[in-house]
Amino acid sequence: MKRPQSINLIFAFLGGIVLLFIIAPLAGMFFSTGTSELIETAKESEVRESIWLTIFTAMGATFVFAIAAIPFSYLLARKKFPFKRLVLGIIDLPIVIPHSAAGIAILGFISRDSLVGKVGSEFGLNFVGSPVGISIAMAFVSIPFLINAARDGFSGVPVKLEKAALNLGASPFKVFFTISLPLAWRNIVSGLILMFARGMSEFGAVVIVAYHPMVTPILIWERFGSFGLQYARPVAVIFILVSLIFFVILRLLSKEKNNA
Amino acid sequence: MLDLQNISKQLDGFSIRNISFKVEKGDYYIVLGHSGAGKTVLLEIIAGLITPDSGKVFYNGKDITFQKIQKRKFGLVFQDHAIFPHLSVKENIAYPLKSKKLSKKKINNTVIELAENFEITHLLNRKPANLSGGELQRIALARTLALDPDILLLDEPLSSLDVQLKNDLRRLLRSLNKNGQTIIHVTHDYEEAILLSNKIAVFHAGKIIQSGLTNDVFHHPGSEFVAHFTGIKNYFKVTLKDIEQNGLKTAIINDVEIKLLSTEKSKEGFIIIRCEDIILSDELQNSSAANNFKGIITEINPSKPGIEIVVDIGINLTALISEVSLHKLNLTEGKKICVSFKASAVKYIA
Repeated sequence: MKRPQSINLIFAFLGGIVLLFIIAPLAGMFFSTGTSELIETAKESEVRESIWLTIFTAMGATFVFAIAAIPFSYLLARKKFPFKRLVLGIIDLPIVIPHSAAGIAILGFISRDSLVGKVGSEFGLNFVGSPVGISIAMAFVSIPFLINAARDGFSGVPVKLEKAALNLGASPFKVFFTISLPLAWRNIVSGLILMFARGMSEFGAVVIVAYHPMVTPILIWERFGSFGLQYARPVAVIFILVSLIFFVILRLLSKEKNNA
Repeated sequence: MLDLQNISKQLDGFSIRNISFKVEKGDYYIVLGHSGAGKTVLLEIIAGLITPDSGKVFYNGKDITFQKIQKRKFGLVFQDHAIFPHLSVKENIAYPLKSKKLSKKKINNTVIELAENFEITHLLNRKPANLSGGELQRIALARTLALDPDILLLDEPLSSLDVQLKNDLRRLLRSLNKNGQTIIHVTHDYEEAILLSNKIAVFHAGKIIQSGLTNDVFHHPGSEFVAHFTGIKNYFKVTLKDIEQNGLKTAIINDVEIKLLSTEKSKEGFIIIRCEDIILSDELQNSSAANNFKGIITEINPSKPGIEIVVDIGINLTALISEVSLHKLNLTEGKKICVSFKASAVKYIA
């Protein structure tokens, strides 16, 4: 009995240090920001617009890319195909490469000289310096989170249930929408939330693709660079609070859906 | 009706080879084999969930080997039921009906009718979590029958149930078959085969080693494996003596001599003595039985149809007696007992 007790104590102590490491800077920032400062900053239209832009571009990126990423995840979970390991490696690539490098790559991909840029121009769209460009940059760095979570979710759905549904006369599409998708839903929602969160917090790739219009991480950086810590802190606090509220609501909604 | 011709399939770790059998309308066909022998794969090939590497599946004369799953009217009940956990019992049973695009009223009426037949009406609005194995099995059957299948495919349907539920479900399956439902049922339990089927195939190491009418297979097992697997206890490798006495031949096993009737010429073979043909008594009797031995009871095992008594007469013979006889003869392990059986009760297989 003694051994597990001491081991638990040591591990709890180490865990406490890690927790403190995460909480201390955030708490420090919150406590050193006055309420009046927060209210003043929240009133600024530049801040409000920036936060809304960040939420909408991240949400747009998540939903648009989810339409292709979720069926792709199903394929990855269920099928064996040549070079599957290579494909899985490519999916994780955006996580491991520096995000500024990712930004450079995306800029080359969507600039007016590129094929995508040219097609966009035909329809009057200029991706660089636009919300669409921001969404593309956000999606690039955050899509692995959705694909990996959804793939885990689909892998956890017993193949037998899909076979049973096929045997009961359902088409493969019906099986996907009535069996596989609902049963993998919890993981998919986690993936969507992660992708959305990762997109919202993205700085490196976005700053290269679109300095303006300004998403909040860039606004915080700009205010810090131009005016210093004191001026950047309230925006950071407000952005963290808004993000937290969003994620709590999303988590609660997904929980309700699962319990329904 | 259903005709499997030389079906082979190689899968990770095991294979099935050259499987051929025919199932007629109204048959209760049992495929008997050990767990992991590939019986489930066979059912999935019939259902269309797996395509065979070679061979053909014909249904009513038509080649359906590569026909879509949804077009076949073969309902498969999986061993672990495969009830959709996110749907209510009612939605589970309605699932195949929705694919048929029936009206809501028609779906509802069919679900209620099936639920009544399977005595699960009280469960209709429940989610499958926390339901018992027996309840899940009934739901799975009701859901599959909602498809109105031409053939019902059952994968070990009784294996996870307790004795009472097993009896109930067995009754249910028998009555389904009596009402004309063709059933193919795979199991490792020879008793299920005896109690339910009219035809049987014995499956071993990916191959069918004997098939035919259940009665024929059980009474004329073609090999030692089939004999053991079909529950025949008294199965011995023997050598026949050259000399015939009074029209009786003598088989020898470990110095024990057993009289039998046979016209077989081969000297090496097997004999089978059915447990129910062996008579136990306190003293040697003057009867028509040509085989009379004295032995010691080594085991007394209660079994489904009665009580199995293992008597050591130089070889271990198993007799099946009733509980009344057990008490009448006051049988206990270690007791000396006399064993007799007729020469005609000994079947010789060359």
